[in-house]
Formats: sequence, C-alpha cells, structure tokens
Amino acid sequence: MSQAQVAPAFSASRFRSEREGDWLEFDRLLTRLEKGSAASLSTDELLRLPVLYRATLSSLSIARATSLDRALNDHLESLAMRGYFLLYGVREKRGARLARFFTHDWPAAVRAVWKETIVIAVILLLGVATSWSMTASDPEWFFQFVPEEMAGGRTPQASADYLQSTIGHGKAADGEEVQSGLSVFATYLFTHNSRVSIMSFALGFAFGVPTMILEYYQGLVLGAMMAVFAGKGLGVEFGGWLAIHGTTELFAAVLSGAAGLRIGVAMLFPGDADRLTALARAGRTAGKVMVGVIIMLLCAGLLEGFGRQLITDTAVRYAIGGTLLLGWLAYYYAPRRGMA
Amino acid sequence: MNAADTANAAAIAAKRDKRRQFITPEGVDLELAIASSGLRFAALVVDLTLIVLLLLALTLLAVWVGTGTDGADVAFIIWLLGFFALRTFWFIGFELGQRAATPGKRLVGIRVVARDGGRLTADAVIARNLIRELEIFLPLTFLGAGAAEDLVGWGTSLAGAAWTLTLGFFLLFNRDRMRMGDLIAGTWVVQAGRAKLATDLAATSAPEAALRFTDAELGVYGVYELQELERVLRVREARQIAQVAAAIRTKIGRPDAESDEDFLEAYYRQLRARLERGLLFGKRRADKYAKE
Repeated sequence: MSQAQVAPAFSASRFRSEREGDWLEFDRLLTRLEKGSAASLSTDELLRLPVLYRATLSSLSIARATSLDRALNDHLESLAMRGYFLLYGVREKRGARLARFFTHDWPAAVRAVWKETIVIAVILLLGVATSWSMTASDPEWFFQFVPEEMAGGRTPQASADYLQSTIGHGKAADGEEVQSGLSVFATYLFTHNSRVSIMSFALGFAFGVPTMILEYYQGLVLGAMMAVFAGKGLGVEFGGWLAIHGTTELFAAVLSGAAGLRIGVAMLFPGDADRLTALARAGRTAGKVMVGVIIMLLCAGLLEGFGRQLITDTAVRYAIGGTLLLGWLAYYYAPRRGMA
Repeated sequence: MNAADTANAAAIAAKRDKRRQFITPEGVDLELAIASSGLRFAALVVDLTLIVLLLLALTLLAVWVGTGTDGADVAFIIWLLGFFALRTFWFIGFELGQRAATPGKRLVGIRVVARDGGRLTADAVIARNLIRELEIFLPLTFLGAGAAEDLVGWGTSLAGAAWTLTLGFFLLFNRDRMRMGDLIAGTWVVQAGRAKLATDLAATSAPEAALRFTDAELGVYGVYELQELERVLRVREARQIAQVAAAIRTKIGRPDAESDEDFLEAYYRQLRARLERGLLFGKRRADKYAKE
C-alpha cells in the first residue's frame, strides 16, 4: 500500500470541496445575524439556518475523524460554536422574556429569599434601635455612627432651623448656591446607597457575614440620624422626608442583603447538590433579585431627586411612601394564579 | 526523552487541559477552550479604558454645553453618577447582547457561556458582573480614599487595596479560570475567536513527480509534527522555513536538492495523505513518539 496511486474513494480534499459551499453560506448568514436582527433575513434564509447548522456540525464530526488540516478544523469549530449560541441562545422573543420577568420571575425570586429577607430586615432594625437609643442618651455617639461626608452638617449640634431646611421645610435656604450643592449631595447619596446595596450582595460570597455587618451598619447610620431629628422635635417631618423614597430604598437594601445572604447560605449548606451547583443555583435566584433591586433603586433615586423637592407636605410624603411600600409588598407576596 | 521533549509534551497536555466538554443537543462535543487569564485581563483593560474615555468625552461635552456657572458641579455629578452607571451597566448590557461579550472581550476573541450548556440568562450575567464591584472597584475605592483624605496613611490604604484585590485574583487559583462572579453565575469565559476558512495546503496542484518520499521517510512523524509544519507553512517566514526544512532533511537523510518551500510543501502533502489514510483505518498517531 506504500505507493497507492489509485485515488481513494474518500479524501479530505474531496470532502472539503463538496461541503465548502454550505460552510461559506452559514458563515455569511451568521455574520448578518450577529450584526442585525433576525428580521433582516428572508423566510427562506431562516429556514436554511438550522439545516446549515446541522450540516456544519456533521462536517465538524467528519473533519475531526478524518482531516488533519488544523485550519479547517478550527474554522469548523468556531463556525459550529457561533451557530450553536445563535440558534440555542435565545429561545423567546425579547418582549416575551421581559414580560415574563416582570409578571413571574422577579416576584418569584423575591419570594424565594423570604427567610433571608426577614433575617436582614431584623438586623437592619436592630441597627436602627441600637444607634437611636445610644445617640438619644449621649449625642456624642452620633459621630461614631455617621461619617462626616454623609451627615452634611446634620449633626446633634445643628439648629432646628437648619435641620428643617435640609428636609425641605421652613424658609428656603438662600438661593442657587445651596441648591447646586444639594444636587451634588443627592447624587453622592444615590450612588453611595446603590454601591452599598451591590456591595452587600457581592459580600455574600464570604458566607454572608460581611453582608449582615453592612446591613447592621446601614441601620446604625439611619438610627443616629433619626435620633438627631427626633431630639429636635422633627421626628415626624424627618419620617416623611425619609418615607417618600426610603420605603423603596430600604426595601431594596434589605432585598440586596437577602440576595447576598442566600449565596452565603448556599455555600455553607449546599443541600443535595454539590457546592458548585448549589452556588450557581443560588446565584441565579440572587441575580434576579438584584435586577429587581436595581430597578427599585432607580425608582428611589427618581423619587429622591424629584418627588422630594416638589412635594413638601409631610402627610403627602407619608402617603406616597406608604402606598409604594404596600405596592411592593403586594407585587411580591400577594397570592396569584400560577403560584406554587 | 530529553528536557525539551518533556517540555513539549507538557505544553501539549496543557493545551488539552484547557478544553472543556460542551455537548450540543445534537450530540457533538464543541470542546470549548477556556480563555486564559491574560486574555481576560487584556479585555478588562480595554473596557475600563473605553469607559474612562467615554466619561472624559461626556465631561468635555457638558463643559462645552454648560454656561459655566457651576461647571465643577456638573463635572462632579457626571463622574460620580456616570462612572457608577457605566461600570455597572457597561458589562451587563454588552454581555446580554447576541455575542455575550463586551467590546474588550470581542477584541481579544472571548465570550461568556453558561457552564451547563444552557442559554446565558440575564440573571446570570447580572450576578457575575455585580461581583465586579467587590473585585475591582472596592480596591480602587481604597486607593482613592487613601489619596483623598489623611484619615489613613498610605500604607494602610495600600494594604487595604492589596487585601481586597486578592479577591480579584481568585481566577488564578482554579483550572477553569472562573472569577468569583463566574462561580456564582454558573458561567465560563471561553475563546470564541473567528477562524477564517484558509486554503487547503494539500490541495495545491503542483507537479511533484520529482519529489517522492518513501514510506520510511514519511514514517518518522505524527499528527503533532504535521500540524506544526502546517503552521510554519501558513506563516511563511523565511528563516523558520529554512530551519524546519534543514531539520527534516537531517532527520530523514535527504540531500539539499530542491528549494526549501517546495520540499516542505511536498513533504507536508504526502505526510498528511499518509496520516489521513491511517485515520481512515482507525490509527491516529499523536506524535513522533507514538508507535506506528
């Protein structure tokens, strides 16, 4: 067989010349799909797509078994991979996916972490209670709980008039300058709060312990602030100032902590699955919760930015905050059809 | 085996080690290759650079449009809010797209896939990217806080940054190069470079009656050497070709009679025909050390 001169019935080059056209066509269609949407393809082309995909996979199998042309194998591998992810990547329309997320996935994920939510909420309240009672008995404690850049002058030494002006009551503080300073401060607060929420989720990785510490700390800051305002007889007004966006924002903070805690718990107690699978499963639930948290934080940010400036009546502030809280609770926990 | 051969074998094993089974519903293993940490880092640097450039452009635009009364404030808000929004949604937004890759990832030819072979869901992408806040931006904050205030010394802030940065190095300590975010989201980052359909080197119809190799002359090499030869022939660098041609001539004891390129092409063609014939008979000779 050493000098076989007869052309073999099967040869790698014949294999290639027979199928090359399909590969090139598949490549062209994939490139167009990756650039634009499926709408740019005609019906015939769409129908060709799965056929070409299977042909490419079959070519890949044959090439791996019979061809030693590295470039050919690499090309077929990358083509098959691109095809796989395009054909199997998205199984529903974007709109349907989005709708299902809002009607089902999001509330279901939040319901799934209800135990963690309760734990985190208790921790947060514990933080509030701790710092409130300590600051109320000795105002010096305030500086231990609230970092200077967050306090923005709202310390126990501040006058009642000044405190009132910071929550949008009393005489308007003088003009443009303060206003612009406040918008920077509001932006800072929004990004800070969002970061804290994301961080308390991310820190769930360390068995959830830092998450709980962070939530407790958030409670401490809040409690100290409350004590300062309550001490000057502004407790109800401060409550309204806080409630208009705070119910949404604090709820989001609690949920982000719960999502982080879920990951920590999955690491410690993986249950039936192995640790890696349990972690990935918890991560997906937590991921859904975090999408919700980001949406809630955006809502809170808008309320904080606009609602709080425009609405200064304490009763209306309470009404809006309370309605939102009830709305979120109903959205997440109210029984509905198709619920397990 | 001498030292060089041992190193060679180790390199082949390492390459194989990067491959992960990924079976499509049709039953074909796509053999995805895990992206190296170097590629991942390069992609990250590109993305961060783009984000900073975008913010700079935004700031310049704001300064140009704004009347200048509170330019500093506007710039401050843009950097505070813009950097936060961009770094959060840049990665998430791009990875949710059809190609599951940020511009940086596309540039170096890698993408995100779900480890279980299912589709890459939005919650997985979000979970894997929010962890970045911990891995990259927390250390940056430490450095920033150290620089901005005198509360802590340089040593403390550097130590803090280094300590938090160790979280980011998590991917160096597992074989699948998973970041902590990948671990939580159940994802991998794999190579997804596009390989052009190159011409078939064996298909060239040159007359080669003059250059016939005997079975014994072709029998010295295996698949690994064949594909290395293919690489050399595709790159076509004169010095490399001369070296390889000389090495093969010495090995099979051929005189230096024809041009290096003709010699290598003919040898490649005939070696491939011989090895592919072996494949059809169920024999795959991995490299020159494997028995016929």
